[in-house]
Amino acid sequence: MDKLLDVKKDFPVLKYHPELAYLDTGATALKPNCVIDKMNEYYNNYGVNVNRGVYQLSYQATLEYEETRTVTAKFLNAKEKEIVFTKGASNGLNMVALGYGRYLLQEGDEIITSELEHHSNVLPWMEIAKENKCILKYVDLDSTGRITVEAFRKVLSPKTKVVALTYVSNVMGYITPIKEIIALAHEVGAIVVVDAAQAVPHMKIDVKALDCDFLAFSAHKMMGPTGFGILYGKYKHLKQMHPIEFGGDMIDIVEKFDAIPKDPPFKFETGTPPVAEAIAFKAAIEYIESIGYENIHAHEQALLAYAREKLKDIPGITIYNPTAETAIITFNINKAHPHDAATIFDEHHVALRAGHHCAQLITKWLECVATLRACIYIYNDYQDIDQFVEAVKEAAAYFEEW
Amino acid sequence: MQNHISDLYNQVINEHRKYPRNKGLIEGYKTLHLKNPSCGDDVTIQVNVKDNVIVDVRHDGTGCVICCSSASVMSEVLMGKTVEEANEIIDDFYELIKGNMPEDEDRLEDAIVYVNIHNFPPRAKCATLAWRAAGALLLGDEGEQEDE
Repeated sequence: MDKLLDVKKDFPVLKYHPELAYLDTGATALKPNCVIDKMNEYYNNYGVNVNRGVYQLSYQATLEYEETRTVTAKFLNAKEKEIVFTKGASNGLNMVALGYGRYLLQEGDEIITSELEHHSNVLPWMEIAKENKCILKYVDLDSTGRITVEAFRKVLSPKTKVVALTYVSNVMGYITPIKEIIALAHEVGAIVVVDAAQAVPHMKIDVKALDCDFLAFSAHKMMGPTGFGILYGKYKHLKQMHPIEFGGDMIDIVEKFDAIPKDPPFKFETGTPPVAEAIAFKAAIEYIESIGYENIHAHEQALLAYAREKLKDIPGITIYNPTAETAIITFNINKAHPHDAATIFDEHHVALRAGHHCAQLITKWLECVATLRACIYIYNDYQDIDQFVEAVKEAAAYFEEW
Repeated sequence: MQNHISDLYNQVINEHRKYPRNKGLIEGYKTLHLKNPSCGDDVTIQVNVKDNVIVDVRHDGTGCVICCSSASVMSEVLMGKTVEEANEIIDDFYELIKGNMPEDEDRLEDAIVYVNIHNFPPRAKCATLAWRAAGALLLGDEGEQEDE
């Protein structure tokens, strides 16, 4: 067996629940001590508001807060002014559709998306398509459920103005050939919005190399705090994008009948932000970088191969993504509804997701009412997989007898 | 106490899963469609009341064993009851699911088999979905609803 990372000790939830096999990272990742400590540092040492006070503590809080923008920009190979702080990936994707798409799109323009998307990358565009009388088009998925460059070419047209696609599917674990798609989209003058929520925990993202126009993700899926996320946008687009929320902090000059907003990214950040979360997010980035994406990848792949090998001889189960590039296993116990199966997993202290994973379109494409999903991440080990496989065996055998 | 799956899926529940009673809808009855979007449980319940007595209960839908069997069990339990009795039985069932044994446990008839659900709190919604639809119908609601 390949040697794995030894980071379980960094996660207090796993210390508190030594029996737990946590395979629900797709929903949210556990947080390491360094992230929790950084949040506490803010509340304990300088817990005041940012961007407002002219006193020393507020200055210190603001420095810590803005340092996250610097660290994030470097992490993505972007400029600081291209990094917008959001509440999460859903918030960022909504900002693009409602603040940019709404003003850009004309009647008859086309928006391309896919059935692999999380609801938050389809529904905002569905809304704008109705409002602006645009045409929503779906890339045909291939027989495995993948987005291919060939299929994308078929739906791309001179009328395409927006392409909204996921980088990594949260159900199937497939990596979209997004770089090629972006280049093709740019040839017809379309912009590309990338949902990177499931990508950024697992792979290095370079927005310059991708040449994407917008890219959004959440902090909590990459071991950062909940309620915080990042929207990257090319600065020329951010300048054109309208804020969808107005109020304190985002505005420069206010008169009785008119107001001038600040420049991006600040014009998109109104109200007191989740300060502790923003500050602690840089600890999550630093934690990932200290481990290294190559090592994360090797660890995940070792466990994924081990799990697939063990699952392949169990009768009565269906795996929907046996060729996925990332460490997500989506499956069903043939004779059990996923919620019935989930109770057996719960008994075995295996935490995984049962449902449609906020992606009803792909669940329908699979012709399922729901699926079970096990996600492997850096704090999992061979023991977790053994525990999971035992639960799969028991569930399959139990419902087989019914 | 260690919970075991067999405490949840007992013989009666299995019987109702395999051979659901009163399944299939009848045109003209008061109908309520209720679903739990997070897991995909989806039930439609019909209650036909004549002279304040429930003369028929029908159900249809898809979902897990707990949800579907519970709709079937409920259809038998509520049949022939007055609206007031039915409302009391529905309330007793909610209490049972929370782990509180009702004073008159006989009144729940076969629905008593869900007594162990409170040891599996994430499944409480599955067990009560059909009952909530019936309760809402008796209150006069009809149509489509999403469970929260």
